[in-house]
Amino acid sequence: MESPGLVIPVEHGLLFAAVLFCIGLAGVLTRRNLLFVLMSLELMLNAVAFVFVLAGAVHGNADGQVMFVLILTLAAAEVAIALALVVQLYRRRRSLDIDSLDGMRG
Amino acid sequence: MTAWMGWIPALPLFSSLVLLLLGGRMSARLVTLLGVGSVLGAALLSALLIAGFVSAGSTAVSVMLQPWFSSAGLTIAFGFYFDGLSAVMIGVITGVGSLIHLYSAAYMAGDEGYARFFGYLNLFVGAMLLLVLADDFLLLYLGWEGVGLCSFLLIGFWYREPANGYAARKAFVVTRIGDIALAAALLIMIQQFGTLHIQTVIERAQLEWVATDWPFWVALLLLGGAVGKSAQLPLQTWLPDAMAGPTPVSALIHAATMVTAGVYLIARTQGIFLLAPRIMELVALVGALTLFLAACSALVQHDLKRVLAYSTISQIGYMFFALGAGAFSAAIFHLMTHAFFKALLFLAAGQVILSLHHEQDLRRMGGLLHRLPFSALCFAIGCAALAALPLTSGFYSKDAILLQAYGLHGGSLAWWLALTGAGITALYSLRLFLKLFFGEVVTEPRPDMRPTLVVPLALLCLLALLGALIPQPLGAVFAPLAATEVPAAVHGAILIMPWLGLVTGALLWRYGRGLRQRWNDSALARGWRAGWGFDALYDGLLVRPLLLLARLNRKDLADQPVQFVAWLSGCAHAWLSITQNGRLRRYAAGIAMGAVLVLMVVTL
Amino acid sequence: MQLLFYLSALIALLAAWRVIRGVNAVHALLYLIVTLLAIALMFFMLGAPFAAALEVIIYAGAIMVLMVFVIMMLNQGDSAVGQERAWLSGRIWRGPALLCAVLLAQLGYLLLPAALASGDAAAVDAVAVGRALYGPYMLLVELASMLLLAALVGAWHLTRALKHRPREEG
Repeated sequence: MESPGLVIPVEHGLLFAAVLFCIGLAGVLTRRNLLFVLMSLELMLNAVAFVFVLAGAVHGNADGQVMFVLILTLAAAEVAIALALVVQLYRRRRSLDIDSLDGMRG
Repeated sequence: MTAWMGWIPALPLFSSLVLLLLGGRMSARLVTLLGVGSVLGAALLSALLIAGFVSAGSTAVSVMLQPWFSSAGLTIAFGFYFDGLSAVMIGVITGVGSLIHLYSAAYMAGDEGYARFFGYLNLFVGAMLLLVLADDFLLLYLGWEGVGLCSFLLIGFWYREPANGYAARKAFVVTRIGDIALAAALLIMIQQFGTLHIQTVIERAQLEWVATDWPFWVALLLLGGAVGKSAQLPLQTWLPDAMAGPTPVSALIHAATMVTAGVYLIARTQGIFLLAPRIMELVALVGALTLFLAACSALVQHDLKRVLAYSTISQIGYMFFALGAGAFSAAIFHLMTHAFFKALLFLAAGQVILSLHHEQDLRRMGGLLHRLPFSALCFAIGCAALAALPLTSGFYSKDAILLQAYGLHGGSLAWWLALTGAGITALYSLRLFLKLFFGEVVTEPRPDMRPTLVVPLALLCLLALLGALIPQPLGAVFAPLAATEVPAAVHGAILIMPWLGLVTGALLWRYGRGLRQRWNDSALARGWRAGWGFDALYDGLLVRPLLLLARLNRKDLADQPVQFVAWLSGCAHAWLSITQNGRLRRYAAGIAMGAVLVLMVVTL
Repeated sequence: MQLLFYLSALIALLAAWRVIRGVNAVHALLYLIVTLLAIALMFFMLGAPFAAALEVIIYAGAIMVLMVFVIMMLNQGDSAVGQERAWLSGRIWRGPALLCAVLLAQLGYLLLPAALASGDAAAVDAVAVGRALYGPYMLLVELASMLLLAALVGAWHLTRALKHRPREEG
């Protein structure tokens, strides 16, 4: 399929991904509610996925999207396990505060 | 015939493995079947093997089973060497051993460590068989150490009593001194010949060591190993304490295994000993001194089993004396007959002890003749053989020792000691018998006549009486002795000596009550009872200084650097564990910070 | 076209910001879906229609619905919002914000002068992705299916009601 090239410079796409990643990281670091931590993690995953797709588009091959599919799989698995943990945590503690889970301190 | 020779030690070893690993889950019947059956099987195989060996003309056979390891020019193989000496030894070990196993099945019935007991017992027999069949000094050493380990395990079998544990440790540590000497001898052999194959070593020693000092040192070290295992001077102190174990164990240690290992070692390496005449004299002297001192100690003991223990030391002393004098076949002959009557005495003593509710003190025994007639019969035969009265097996072997020793060396000091020892032996045998079966009844017995107790005793009675008739295929092993004329007076003295002891004993028993009383309390008797004070001597000379040293250096100087390392890593741990605060967000921040740092390194 | 791209990027970032600053979980989740939709649009404009479709169907559809279910199941209510607000005090922001700013600066410093050539850029359709997935990446597909199976088993195991295990102290 003929293509007119990328719509934007590659650097702008990368910058977008970096900003999204840092926002997600900030969320992971600041939120105490496990649900919000999970959502922030999703943001970070999306930033990485975006970089893959962008790279695939830059080189015009399917590998980038294959990686995206794998990240999608990973995200699905991660969310399933993490939500199971959320449910279990809430059942035991009546709270989603991850700072209360410091039973492993040395 | 040689193809299944390996099964003889393998059967008890395998059964001990099974018993020790799975014994706790097996029924007592199965444990008995396995424990006794394996040794009985080994005995049957040995009988077949010996029969085949004798019918094939008693020529030595060497069987290489499996290479063991090879390193730096030293090649060790699992191999067996079977000659007349091995034949006698495995006959005694498996024959007497299986009778003792059979007896143990009744003696130990109901004990909570029943399977463990048979596991150790089988291991003991297996190790001993390995020792006497070994074609290689290292394999012999393996059996040697196995025997030491089993003696430790069995003497301390009832480990809940601290005294038993102490006795077990003592036996282990004292025999260990001898083991180190033996190990040193083996190292010299490796260094000199580069091999540990027994026959090769002896052959080459006879060729290459004739005019050197090596035979002296090697024989001395081998003797050191032998005196440790066989409880001879100066390492005899462990054996009387070894009575802490169950009585069948004492029978096994004293009759079939363990203490005979030293005699076997010297007989096996006679080629080296013969190169060192001074060591041969030393062997004879050690044996004679030991037999005399131990006989005196046996005379005054109050504990039934300690009397027997000292008598064992004394009888092994006879064997050493015979070895030292050069009367090898007489020594092995005595080893065999001694195994018969000492096993008989110990097992009969076990029966008496069982009947008397585990009473071992002779002062609380007496008058058992009509109450335990069967035990009395066993003891009568056993004591007669021990005292070397005519028509018993002990008579022929002890007679042979004294006669041949006189023929070889004449009336040396050692010979006179041995002759006197024969009288004392008769005296303490009689004392033991009278104390047990005559006099007033002190404790009322409850006779224990289970067939598994009685059958082995009856068989051993027969062996103790007729065992001297069993021919020994030793002709090819030891050079025949030159026939020498022994004066009739000497022969007469040898014959008369036991009777002298008996008559003295009978007279003392009948008329000398006051004298016996005073003697019992005298300082000399007390010293003899404590084994001539060797324990106190070693305690003062070795144990106490060592303990003092240990106490002085309680905060071990050499430990300080090591402890500093421990302290340092403890501090580091305390410091690092601050980071392990269990906060998920801190960990995530740590990861992010790591990323920042890595990127910083990349960017700069 | 270009403007649309920058617009969606802006929307994605703003929505992401609202996700991490939100106090109500359901609202935050809706903002997250907005982010995902915006990213899907950007995928489409990058010439990856298959990825865009997956982003909408699986990410914004399936995975987010799963989260909605869990949020509704927990049913935290208004007290949780107040608690969130208390937890989002100003002081807690400084360290992470600084850290993220440094990381962003580093990334920008590294990425901006990259000047990657994009001459052979071409749209990659679903057929090409499918050929790649079931061609050279066959093993990865298998591994991904194993991962999903493991996640399934793990999630089932973790959410079982506690019967035999003693209740931990709170």
